Amino acid sequence: MSQPKTLFDKIWATHLVNVQDDGTCLIYIDRHLVHEVTSPQAFEGLRVAGRGLRRPDATLAVADHNVPTSDRSKGIDDDESRIQVETLAKNCADFGVPFFAMEDIRQGIVHIIGPEQGFTLPGMTIVCGDSHTSTHGAFGALAFGIGTSEVEHVLATQTLIQNPAKNMRISVDGERPLGTTAKDLILAIIAKIGTAGGTGHVIEYVGEAIRALTMEGRMTVCNMSIEAGARAGLIAPDEATFAYLAGRPLVPKAGQWEQAVTYWRSLPSDEGARYDKEVILPASEVEPQVSWGTSPEDVIPVSGRVPDPSDAPNDDKRKAMERSLDYMDLSAGTPIAEVSVDKVFIGSCTNGRIEDLREVAAVAKGRHVADKVYAMIVPGSGLVKHQAEEEGLDRIFTEAGFDWREPGCSMCLAMNADRLEPGERCASTSNRNFEGRQGRGGRTHLMSPAMAAAAAVAGHISDVRELV
Amino acid sequence: MEKFTKLRAVAAPLPMVNVDTDKIIPKQFLKTIKRTGLSKGLFYDLRFDEAGRPKAGFVLDQPAYREARILIAGANFGCGSSREHAPWALLDFGIRCVIAPSFADIFYNNCFKNGILPIALPPAQVDLLMDDAERGSNAVVSVDLESQTITGPDGGELRFEIDPFRKNCLLNGLDDIALTLEKQAAIDGFEDSQRASQPWLYA
Repeated sequence: MSQPKTLFDKIWATHLVNVQDDGTCLIYIDRHLVHEVTSPQAFEGLRVAGRGLRRPDATLAVADHNVPTSDRSKGIDDDESRIQVETLAKNCADFGVPFFAMEDIRQGIVHIIGPEQGFTLPGMTIVCGDSHTSTHGAFGALAFGIGTSEVEHVLATQTLIQNPAKNMRISVDGERPLGTTAKDLILAIIAKIGTAGGTGHVIEYVGEAIRALTMEGRMTVCNMSIEAGARAGLIAPDEATFAYLAGRPLVPKAGQWEQAVTYWRSLPSDEGARYDKEVILPASEVEPQVSWGTSPEDVIPVSGRVPDPSDAPNDDKRKAMERSLDYMDLSAGTPIAEVSVDKVFIGSCTNGRIEDLREVAAVAKGRHVADKVYAMIVPGSGLVKHQAEEEGLDRIFTEAGFDWREPGCSMCLAMNADRLEPGERCASTSNRNFEGRQGRGGRTHLMSPAMAAAAAVAGHISDVRELV
Repeated sequence: MEKFTKLRAVAAPLPMVNVDTDKIIPKQFLKTIKRTGLSKGLFYDLRFDEAGRPKAGFVLDQPAYREARILIAGANFGCGSSREHAPWALLDFGIRCVIAPSFADIFYNNCFKNGILPIALPPAQVDLLMDDAERGSNAVVSVDLESQTITGPDGGELRFEIDPFRKNCLLNGLDDIALTLEKQAAIDGFEDSQRASQPWLYA
């Protein structure tokens, strides 16, 4: 019998096109997602070199980072944003790439629409010029972010020059406590292993608490693998994966579907497969999590207090903590649940799916956003928005005082008009709390959608378990 | 891509850990459709105030470091967003080499595509170079890619590791895409066999 293989090993082995004597690998890329911010220079590179696009049929494009989340009938005000979106449309037309325009109901955040369309399938290699491509790993696809030069390389050759990653396994054993979500699991994982904990590795998430997650929850976990420094996150495909995919527009057609499912069932890691690094997290220990600083590893339970830099394990960390506390205008020892917020952002490729919106609605129903708090909900795609409206969630949101917006990346990175003003504090369901990420001088606290909804109604960070 | 062979230049110290690519170049500079001219956004929030006026004190704006071509930084440099605008901005400013205890994977990859040499060294060695770099315009450091050595201002020599393929590409300024297109027959062959075994991947 051959050596037991991990899920990553299997996908890697089936995509090797060439291995050089020095060990450098050329791997085939099955699917390529493209957005407006990281692609213009790549298309330009093709034109300059007189190169074509190898597989338009394996490529899908959408504008998400720059699009307004307000009324779109008037187009995009900001000249640079508009040019970037128009450039993507033109590049797609010139090179024959399928493109969802801003008015298309299928438009949305690139990592929401891939799975939604069935463009993302188990066993694939998937890339995009965007670090949160790790999201697609929830389907058992090897999916990772690349730079623009690599985008051009994939457009031209449908391959990438890569070195194999190491295998890391994170086991989340036991049952997730009531009131905690997939977001709390991944924030707790990042707090435990740090933002460089996964560097050079692909993380495979296993264990009862992972298995119990819906596909939406699995996407949230894999999405933030990059915040743990990993090249990608992976969860083995199972019946939940196949049930999510069945019937979506781009999945294998009848006849090939059964063949594909049979293949996908062979993908999970073999018994006894070897991992270079192992981490175990008992799910029962996970409370709702909140970030206090300016790195995604700066996370504490909602019952916790802002940590003291004098407790830092080393000088570098102490300096970073002092800088974070200064930027965040927080003092060591403050209970995090006493910290008031000015804005609430619900959305992003981390938490902009239908299940996230249902969790928000469960908290918002019959309550109202606190005075002086502005709370916005940005669905991850036009289809998520449509489904939420079919379910009547939009009425719950608007009655509770939330602003119900059009889909896009929005205030996760504030490239469009949605942003924090200097000094404003935000409860956010996004993925990064870096300085200035949501607007210069803005202060971000990462948390789950349910926790963000609780912060919106309370006016300060608060434990959602007291509300549900 | 410009070759990287030897570099002798002032090294600037940036003793911060987890420098993310949002910090290297903030979002408002990502709206460009060009690769050039991005130095104006490099470390923008550290160098300019909210009104866009220069702030005093950032290392690269100090007279001693204006000509710096080497950056010495803390661990996990370049984490976060995949934006290649980060190495483009560094390059546009003139930085050709970044030395740190560790790098985030995507940023590390992106450097090689742009003729920038990222060097990971053990923390104690980075600390030494950081001390050297604190000496301002006297902080002249030499980097020799062929021999994989760094020579500090006092003549002390450090050796660094680098993947041989990447080294060769940097030394010769090779275009990855042209190299891969030479393997077109292998790519065609891969597609033929994948189409037979997983036909659903081909519409």
